[in-house]
Amino acid sequence: MSLLLETDKLSYAYHGSAPCLSGASLALEEGERVGLVGDNGVGKSTFLQVLVGLYKSHDGRITAFGQDFVTEEDFIQLRRRVGLVFQDPDDQLFCPTVKEDIAFGPLNLGYSRAEADAIVEETLALLNLSHLKERVTHRLSGGQKRLVALATVIAMKPDILLLDEPTNDLDEKTRIRLIEILLSLPQAMIIVSHDRAFREKVVTRTVKMENGQIF
Amino acid sequence: MSDILGDAGRAKGLGRAEANSIGAIFSHRLWIRELDPRVRIVAVFVFSICVVQLDKLLPLGIAFLGGLFLLLQARMPFVTSLKRVLTVDSFIILLLVMLPFTTPGTEMASVFGFSASYEGLRQAIVILLRANAIVMASLALLATIDAVTFGQALAKLKVPERLVHLLLFTVRYVEVLHAEYLRLKTAMKCRGFAPGNNLHTYKSVGYLVGMLLIRSFERSERILMAMKCRGFNGQFHLLKDFDYTRRDLTFSMIACLFVLSLLALEMLHVVAA
Repeated sequence: MSLLLETDKLSYAYHGSAPCLSGASLALEEGERVGLVGDNGVGKSTFLQVLVGLYKSHDGRITAFGQDFVTEEDFIQLRRRVGLVFQDPDDQLFCPTVKEDIAFGPLNLGYSRAEADAIVEETLALLNLSHLKERVTHRLSGGQKRLVALATVIAMKPDILLLDEPTNDLDEKTRIRLIEILLSLPQAMIIVSHDRAFREKVVTRTVKMENGQIF
Repeated sequence: MSDILGDAGRAKGLGRAEANSIGAIFSHRLWIRELDPRVRIVAVFVFSICVVQLDKLLPLGIAFLGGLFLLLQARMPFVTSLKRVLTVDSFIILLLVMLPFTTPGTEMASVFGFSASYEGLRQAIVILLRANAIVMASLALLATIDAVTFGQALAKLKVPERLVHLLLFTVRYVEVLHAEYLRLKTAMKCRGFAPGNNLHTYKSVGYLVGMLLIRSFERSERILMAMKCRGFNGQFHLLKDFDYTRRDLTFSMIACLFVLSLLALEMLHVVAA
């Protein structure tokens, strides 16, 4: 197994508050699904956002695919290969229809419209969501929104998936479906989740975040 | 031509058969709702500009009837449409009542010593016809397009991208915000909050509005981050395509003819006068 992504002593503090990350280090290997747990407000979501450069780490190092990532230009490249699924699907789905939302990423990556259309079909079929293609995003149910949000990120064909509380407000049926989907995907993942039963089924190892560090 | 008339006929028959069912109101066989949204937007735009130019009663009357015809053809629920038309009328009602008394001219009647003039009455009727013709045409042609499709059609009509996306984002997030507002309101009620005319109420409502503003601001930041994660580089993509069918062509031609006839009638009157 080869190392995909490694963070070394990341630290971050929101403006005017106590540091929320102070020396967070984590290594992710190919095929791994790492569960990240920790108390509320300990900085798990922040960690994922720092990982893809949405917030810049004050010090430390982010290495992925054998390369260091420092500047915004670097992180733009990183975000193509590391897909972050947000905690609230309403933050992620902003296009009028499901089809447009899923095509948004591929079009940004420079695919043509025909190629993007093909990717939309392919992704929806992969997640068994083809019937939602023409639906208006804000009229989807909570569970549907969550699965479509996942689809929008998978459509970019990332090598690593970062999932922030993916089982929040899912009913039992959709939850089982999500577990099946995640187990069938080849990507390495970091999954933030308080849901113990879900973690037991999905993750290959669990790490804990405490005092801004990961153990 | 046969296309439209045939379909209108079918829609009518359908309406009779299920006059009271929702199926009839939202049926896809209503020709107005099958028209290309772009055609409908342009038609209302041109029609409105034309009607505003009209000043003679005959062409205005015909335009009014045209609007009424479209409204009937769109088969909107009657009471709702009436309410909407009256809402617009309520804006101009004061003007309509005042005009006869403020316009100088031949005296028609006098109320409490104020005299009303025929010229003023005519002016009031002109405004009433103009406003209602435009409102009815808009209701029939535009209110039947859903907001998302409306935005996409505007984009295809080369309306500036920023405006279109402002509209689409508003449509997308107004419900999310509304749900947030309802959640906060329910939470307040659950803790025994009953609005009254006192400082406590004003303060609490202030907190509510402030909290909504902060939450929307934070949400907008998260949306931007999520967009960045998917490689957003300042460019939006709208994928919707519209078909310009034979039915649309027929409607466009009839609409053009109608508008031109109205203008011609107005001109003829001018020449005759």
